[in-house]
Amino acid sequence: MIEKDLIIIGGGPSGLCAAKTALEAGMEVLLIDRSPNLGGQLVKQTHKFFGSKAQYAKTRGFDIAKKLITDLEKFEKLEIKSNTTVTGLYSDHVVTTYDNHEYLRYQAKAVIVATGASEKFLAFENNDLPGIYGAGAVQTLMNSYGVIPGSEIVMVGSGNIGLIVSYQLLQAGVKVKAIIEAAPTIGGYKVHASKIRRLGIPILTSTTVKKAIGKDAIEEIEIVSLDEKWNEVPNSSQFISLDALCISVGLSPMHQLLSMVNAKTKFINELGGFVPVIDHHHQTSIPGIFVCGDAVGIEEASSAMMEGYLTGLYASNHLGKCHPNEKEMITHYENQLSMLRDGPFGIKTKVGLEKLREGNKHAE
Amino acid sequence: MRIEKHPILTFPKTEDIIFIFEGKKVKGIQGDTIASALHALGIKTLSYSIKEHRPRGFYCAIGNCASCNMIVNGVPNVRTCITPLEENMVVERQTNKGVVK
Repeated sequence: MIEKDLIIIGGGPSGLCAAKTALEAGMEVLLIDRSPNLGGQLVKQTHKFFGSKAQYAKTRGFDIAKKLITDLEKFEKLEIKSNTTVTGLYSDHVVTTYDNHEYLRYQAKAVIVATGASEKFLAFENNDLPGIYGAGAVQTLMNSYGVIPGSEIVMVGSGNIGLIVSYQLLQAGVKVKAIIEAAPTIGGYKVHASKIRRLGIPILTSTTVKKAIGKDAIEEIEIVSLDEKWNEVPNSSQFISLDALCISVGLSPMHQLLSMVNAKTKFINELGGFVPVIDHHHQTSIPGIFVCGDAVGIEEASSAMMEGYLTGLYASNHLGKCHPNEKEMITHYENQLSMLRDGPFGIKTKVGLEKLREGNKHAE
Repeated sequence: MRIEKHPILTFPKTEDIIFIFEGKKVKGIQGDTIASALHALGIKTLSYSIKEHRPRGFYCAIGNCASCNMIVNGVPNVRTCITPLEENMVVERQTNKGVVK
């Protein structure tokens, strides 16, 4: 059994930031990620972030990832294991890993779960045909590996991810034939939607995909209009030929590892579904096991970073290792978080978090 | 298909990696995952579903969905979307739950 003070599972924005503050507090940290590279989903984000300077605004996602990774280089007490999957988490803070060659067991004093989110899927006929991808998958393929998913594509979902990825598809030379949206209004920021429309891409609201058509891969889709009760409008079918379909219908928090330790969860729609119940220090119902970032509620990467910095501090404090500037830093990052949540999309998060804390009162 | 021109990103030329897909010698590049190399070759079907043998491609590309699982060097259920491509890898489409040898 290999001993560590703190094990952080997930090297995305939240995990990287948690590592930084915990290392500054003097903790010995192991950071584990299943991907070949650290940075999580930031590495494929070519757009510039919104927000203030402290939240890395006006910086492109992949440059933020580089910055966060560089921030960690100077720490000798950090061990990074990429290409490594966590296969087990136990309530006594034992973590098991597998890296295609070796199975290892670690004993930590505290664990931070920063596993992020997974993309939601949509039910329609033949939705398993090759050529149907999540929007994040398309981003990874294009922006991390330089490969395009197809030559003609339709995007399902007009939230910010759907709009941004559509724009990125254009940049990569892919023809985006349409964005379809089941709701009567566009989900994402107007500024993104206007940019897309100016480039001639139709955004069809009250429209959904009914069926995918193709033999070995997708070749065509059938789309239909929806009425105000979300029912199909008769005789509204249209067919669009394409070789890729991109699904961008939201994210679900990913915290399956926490089920292995029976951590309490609660269903909170505003946070993206089932989320682990946490106290004010991001600790789950299992002492010494913390969670931050999208795994505890879907938000922007900027919020995930701020939560990460905070959770690194909380976990260190839990083990009696206080950061020299703990108080000021906590105030600073808490302020940043509340600023981020003051935006138009933040209200949802605030309501969700309130419900989550209520759940915790019952748990206590 | 690989991106040639991009307004923000650059994809510097890297070394070729030769690997075996379904018995044939094919080419990827340094920095590819198995799935990205296959996509660049226009190969979208990575496996067949267990019961109905319907063709499957990847969905998430970050190691979640298991839709990209293939047999790599004889080992089944390898998540090819997050596994870096290596020289002489033997990659095969999977049609069952995976057999432990």
